[in-house]
Amino acid sequence: MALLEVNDLSISFGGLRAVDDFDITIEKGELYGLIGPNGAGKTTVFNLLTGVYKPNEGIIRLDGEDITRKSTIEINHAGIARTFQNIRLFKNMPVIDNVKVGLSERYKYSALEGILHLGRYRKVEKEMDEEATRLLKVFDLEGEKDTLAANLPYGKQRKLEIARAMATNPKLLLLDEPAAGMNPNETKELMETIALVRKEFDMTILLIEHDMKLVSGICEKLTVLNFGRVLCQGDTKTVLSDPEVIKAYLGE
Amino acid sequence: MSFLNYLISGLSLGSIYAIIALGYTMVYGIAKMLNFAHGDFIMVGCYIIFCISSRFSNNPLIGIVIAIVFCTILGVTTELVAYRPLRGAASPLAVLITAIGVSYFLENLALIIFGADTKSFTSVVSWEGLSLAGGKLKIQGVTLVTIIVGLLILIALETFIGKTKQGQAMLAVAEDKGAAALMGINVNRTIALTFAIGSSLAAVAGALLCSAYPALSPYTGAMPGIKAFVAAVLGGIGSIRGAVIGGLLLGIVEILSKTYISSQLSEAIVFGILIVVLLVRPTGILGKKIQEKV
Amino acid sequence: MKKQTKDNLITYGIVIGAFVLVQLLANTGHLSSHMKGLLVPVTYYAVIAVALNLCVGILGELSIGHCGFMCVGAFSSAFFSKVTQDSIPTGPRFLLAFIIGILVAAAFGFLIGIPVLRLKGDYLAIVTLAFGEIIKNVLAAFYVGVDSKGVHFSMKSASDLGLLDDGKVIINGAMGITGSPQNSNFTIGIVVLLISLFVVQNLINSRQGRAIMAIRDNSIAAEASGINVTKYKMMAFTISAAIAGASGVLFSHNISSVTASSQYFGYNVSILVLVYVVLGGIGNIRGSVIAATILYMLPEMLRFLNKYRMLIYSIVLIVMMIVNWSPKIIEWRKRTFGKISIGRRKETA
Repeated sequence: MALLEVNDLSISFGGLRAVDDFDITIEKGELYGLIGPNGAGKTTVFNLLTGVYKPNEGIIRLDGEDITRKSTIEINHAGIARTFQNIRLFKNMPVIDNVKVGLSERYKYSALEGILHLGRYRKVEKEMDEEATRLLKVFDLEGEKDTLAANLPYGKQRKLEIARAMATNPKLLLLDEPAAGMNPNETKELMETIALVRKEFDMTILLIEHDMKLVSGICEKLTVLNFGRVLCQGDTKTVLSDPEVIKAYLGE
Repeated sequence: MSFLNYLISGLSLGSIYAIIALGYTMVYGIAKMLNFAHGDFIMVGCYIIFCISSRFSNNPLIGIVIAIVFCTILGVTTELVAYRPLRGAASPLAVLITAIGVSYFLENLALIIFGADTKSFTSVVSWEGLSLAGGKLKIQGVTLVTIIVGLLILIALETFIGKTKQGQAMLAVAEDKGAAALMGINVNRTIALTFAIGSSLAAVAGALLCSAYPALSPYTGAMPGIKAFVAAVLGGIGSIRGAVIGGLLLGIVEILSKTYISSQLSEAIVFGILIVVLLVRPTGILGKKIQEKV
Repeated sequence: MKKQTKDNLITYGIVIGAFVLVQLLANTGHLSSHMKGLLVPVTYYAVIAVALNLCVGILGELSIGHCGFMCVGAFSSAFFSKVTQDSIPTGPRFLLAFIIGILVAAAFGFLIGIPVLRLKGDYLAIVTLAFGEIIKNVLAAFYVGVDSKGVHFSMKSASDLGLLDDGKVIINGAMGITGSPQNSNFTIGIVVLLISLFVVQNLINSRQGRAIMAIRDNSIAAEASGINVTKYKMMAFTISAAIAGASGVLFSHNISSVTASSQYFGYNVSILVLVYVVLGGIGNIRGSVIAATILYMLPEMLRFLNKYRMLIYSIVLIVMMIVNWSPKIIEWRKRTFGKISIGRRKETA
């Protein structure tokens, strides 16, 4: 069974079909790329998958479970985590607390225990600290764990966002243009981080990307979106040599 | 007939709220700040008219003109000294608290100069008004004048914003300060102009308010100021027409609930209406829907 | 020891230190009776400032109606204390009064939170103001009496209650509650302040508190991280209202007659508390306590200036805001003195 199965997904905004009959199947462990020109509807697909928008038609299945029209929170609990095109961190909180927010649905104690610092509080907090530190180490951020997220350099903010997403223990990780705004060095480091996430966590990843070098370097499969519709789908090599794709990208 | 009478006085009170609310809404729309001291500009305007008419001249027009000029200068100066340094501050609360400071300052300055006692204000409208339907429907002069002035101000403002270069500049600054500056618009001057217009309207509103309710004290402007703010929010803050609709609605509701329900609870009813409207339309009657892009 | 724990202990230390100092001054006769009269008000304004900072600084929602919660806390507890004045001994009665005041304020916080927290920014702020004013106005038109047949309510007048001969009016409309016991003192005020600090500071360092601050910083990302935004917003708002209720209990048990007037519970008082919060540092709980103390005392200290004191106060307020927050002045300060900041958002939470 595929990890993510999407059939006939569609959404319209005031008559415009932003996403039209979108299908995708992602197997466990795959690194899948979603590409397409600006305004093709890539981020809208992410917003549909994570419940920010509710589709007009179509079915989304994660690991066999129907998650169509569920809320963002329920979908996160079901196992999809994401990052954002324009980085969304908890800026006025330390780096480690950003990760601990991601952990907080898995490491629980009651509000009363939280206010009184009694009961499970100490034990669970200790476990959270350890787990958060372990995650930060993977992303090479443990040196900055007490820095405010806002004060991190750009590349590390991107990494922290991925670390926070990983803290929710997802089955599927969605990365929305992770290399946007990065210089070649940072992009290279990011590619290494993504490879590391796959290895370390055995993670299935769907990413939106503009940087062709990054896409062709790491993605195994691609889906090309154009005007909200799937233009081409399949192995990276095959897709990138497809004349239709070249036309959509380079124009006529 | 009495219902019609109350409706008209509600319309009149509403016009005053509308004029004050216009100042609030313009400043909010363009400078993105709540000028809590706006209500106190009204009080300042009233004291100016009071001084002029009791010491120098019997012609109310002279008092009004001087009050308008004074309030305009006051508004522009306040913006320059107290608000402009805080533009781009890390929290929008900074300028809000400063505005509260300005409000305290004006109230206490008035307290020192004029004392805490209530002054009786002579109406700037000497016209008796109309008596219709054989004396059953009496409309006071000041009531009619207020409604007409309110209407004229609305038309003038709409024309100014729609037809003049400065008005268009205001719209641009309201939309995006940075982009407006790139287009060669002088943002500081546009904001100063907005304060000038808003404050001059406060002076006009003050003259009308104190003519209809002739009790003047350092705190005269505070409550009408808050209610006008409520009116601006009700109508959709930042919207000119919204401010007028909100103001009129508030004035009518206040007078009618005072008359038919309870004068003690009229304020609660006014605020209750605000809550109900915002629950149905979270950005007010004519407010733009804001949706954050993900 | 963790930095946060140390930080919290410093806050408790400051409060306890100030308490000891004041007691020493009082016992050695260095405190005028006028100053003594200010001690309890300082504690309840500090408590409500802590409550408001939870709402404004931690939850990130501007409330300008928090005195409404103080008002219901004050009235519900004073009502209870007056009715049970002769039947329950002082100690347990005052404790019960606190529990009642806090629970009633929390219930109001919860109910008002449901509609209010759906709104955003300034719209939310004006609706909190509206609720605060409604609470005050309705209570000022509210009559409650008790006789052998039970409790009677009216919105018209005391005589409309139709009380039997053995009955007495407890809430007398605009005249409020008179003759309820005055049990508040400085020690109890300090204890309530310490408990409020304990609750808020502990909350901040818990998974619930982190969830609340995450929502403040970026609600979309918080949702995507599986955080139930509505639940945690409600939690913060309700706890904040409950603490404001506790300050109301201190208030109503400190004066001989509690009235629902603007002077005590109007929006202008809520704004005054907001000034404490902003000047103390948004999100800085200790700062709120210090700012509430200094700013409440300041007009009293300026008494020698007579009628000019409030004028001076307002100028001080404006100047402090500009000096502390103006981007240009901050930059200049950084260039000249390095990193010194007074009363701004705490850089390391």
